Amino acid sequence: MDYAIKVVDLTKKFKNLTAVDHISFEVESGELFGLLGPNGAGKTTTINMLCTLLKPTSGYAEVAGYDVAKKKDMVRNSIGIVFQETALDERLTGRENLDFHSIMYNIPTEIRHKRIDEVLDLVELKDKANVLVEKYSGGMKRRLEIARGLIHRPKVLFLDEPSLGLDAQTRRNIWEYIKKLNEEDVTIILTTHYMEEADYLCDRVAIVDHGRIVAIDTPVNLKDALGGDVLTLEISESTDTKLEEQFETMDWVVGVDVRNGAMELRVRNADRHLPEVFKAAEKMGVTITSVHLRKPTLEDVYLKYTGRKIREQEAGQSGLGGASESEEGN
Amino acid sequence: MSGISLKAIYILWLREMKTFYRAKSRIVGTVVTPLFLLAFLGAGFAGAVLPGIPSSVGYLEYLTPGIIGMTMIFTSMFTGLSVLWDRRYGFLKEIMVTPVSRMTIVLGRITGGLTTSMFEGLSILAISLLLGFKVSGIGDLILTLVFMVLISVSFIGLGLAIASLLKDEQGFGLIMNFIISPLLFLSGIFYPIENLPLALRVVSYLNPLTYGVDGLRGALISVSFLPWIINLVLLTGFCVGIVLLGTFLFERNEAV
Repeated sequence: MDYAIKVVDLTKKFKNLTAVDHISFEVESGELFGLLGPNGAGKTTTINMLCTLLKPTSGYAEVAGYDVAKKKDMVRNSIGIVFQETALDERLTGRENLDFHSIMYNIPTEIRHKRIDEVLDLVELKDKANVLVEKYSGGMKRRLEIARGLIHRPKVLFLDEPSLGLDAQTRRNIWEYIKKLNEEDVTIILTTHYMEEADYLCDRVAIVDHGRIVAIDTPVNLKDALGGDVLTLEISESTDTKLEEQFETMDWVVGVDVRNGAMELRVRNADRHLPEVFKAAEKMGVTITSVHLRKPTLEDVYLKYTGRKIREQEAGQSGLGGASESEEGN
Repeated sequence: MSGISLKAIYILWLREMKTFYRAKSRIVGTVVTPLFLLAFLGAGFAGAVLPGIPSSVGYLEYLTPGIIGMTMIFTSMFTGLSVLWDRRYGFLKEIMVTPVSRMTIVLGRITGGLTTSMFEGLSILAISLLLGFKVSGIGDLILTLVFMVLISVSFIGLGLAIASLLKDEQGFGLIMNFIISPLLFLSGIFYPIENLPLALRVVSYLNPLTYGVDGLRGALISVSFLPWIINLVLLTGFCVGIVLLGTFLFERNEAV
């Protein structure tokens, strides 16, 4: 197998904090891989080690086939990164920032102008290209940085919270562009604390918590491992254990849970088995007053592995629709 | 890719030029203080007889080469400070993650810092001409430029070395106050170092700036305590050493 990234027991300690704690994972060439976790989980530190900005305390990591500790130049040559925090020179214009980047990455002049126009179009900053970045809003800066990360078409592209602080429309555009890039054989590693983003974009997701990877698989497998869809029934007699027993005998029911006068079933292929649920209830003389069917999300996966909801930790952070900038604490 | 990329040096230099040009207050600020020193000290001490200064040399004449050196030190050290600013604003990461060799980045910084400090040093020289300072000939001017370049590159190297050891600008300010300021006073900018007590004179002899100022003074007004060639050799030695050290420390430095 051809790996774009190979990480073995990678660890980073800052004084009395272990930010990344013996993590190991592999990313195949061409994969779109996500590190999902709350702020402070160690995602950014991991990325910084992989892109040669931080020295690992211990462990081994390889990017595009090169040891990040010993072959820094080769690694740098193979990667691109969009940092989570602003990394622009605000005293330069948008276009000047992109020019700087292109020349540092040795992009030939004629391609440079074309690519810069292309990415400026993508993030809809063309008419602001010649304005000093210090005059940009938070969202505009973010878009400019994403545009910059895409200019030099690296083999491996790191995106650290790519859509943090973007409006829904721009986020959609960026997602589509990320997908398109990935189809053009760019391996992409992104960190995010947006479940939807990880779910929509990633081939595989590693759930990171307290510097460790607690689960790693495709979003579908991760969700399936929870045992299927969540079917919540409000019933007339909430303590009807007979119905509960009845459900437990059915092989497509993975689990039954009664709480707050509602019955929660874990069901495989709930859409298909819904009629049987009603039939069983009718037979037992139980009236179903309300049905709620929910497909599990990565949020549920996260909850299962960490015992917490990711959103609870994001209190005060900008939500999905928020356009404000938010700073990470790590 | 451990080679040196001229295009990358160019764009690093260009960035420095653009930001320098756009920060006009900085240009004015760094030129005004030395000019005041030059004008007011030059005027105030015009008739003074200082031991160690030949009677044929007026104080303004004596002071001008020193003030040029001083201006260049401040603007050169500023290169170190700009690395720390880049760190604060995140741009250092953007630079450090590029495949360009670290030597190229250092050379980009040096050419940028050198251009701005030469601009300011030559501005002081030009204004001093208006104040009555005289340059004797083209040969002297060339030697002056050589010393100006050496002073500038040396202190850019020192600035980079110091910046690479620090995490933020506050520490840099302290170092400027507690190390650079004494070095200025113990370099013969304002008075001949022969007038200092022995202990301080020893410090002066260890101060690379002493040889820069003496070299400038020798070139511009033919007054120096060492022959120009010795000044040149000592300063070049320091310059090469400190740039290598600065590069080494900069390379080892983590950008986040």
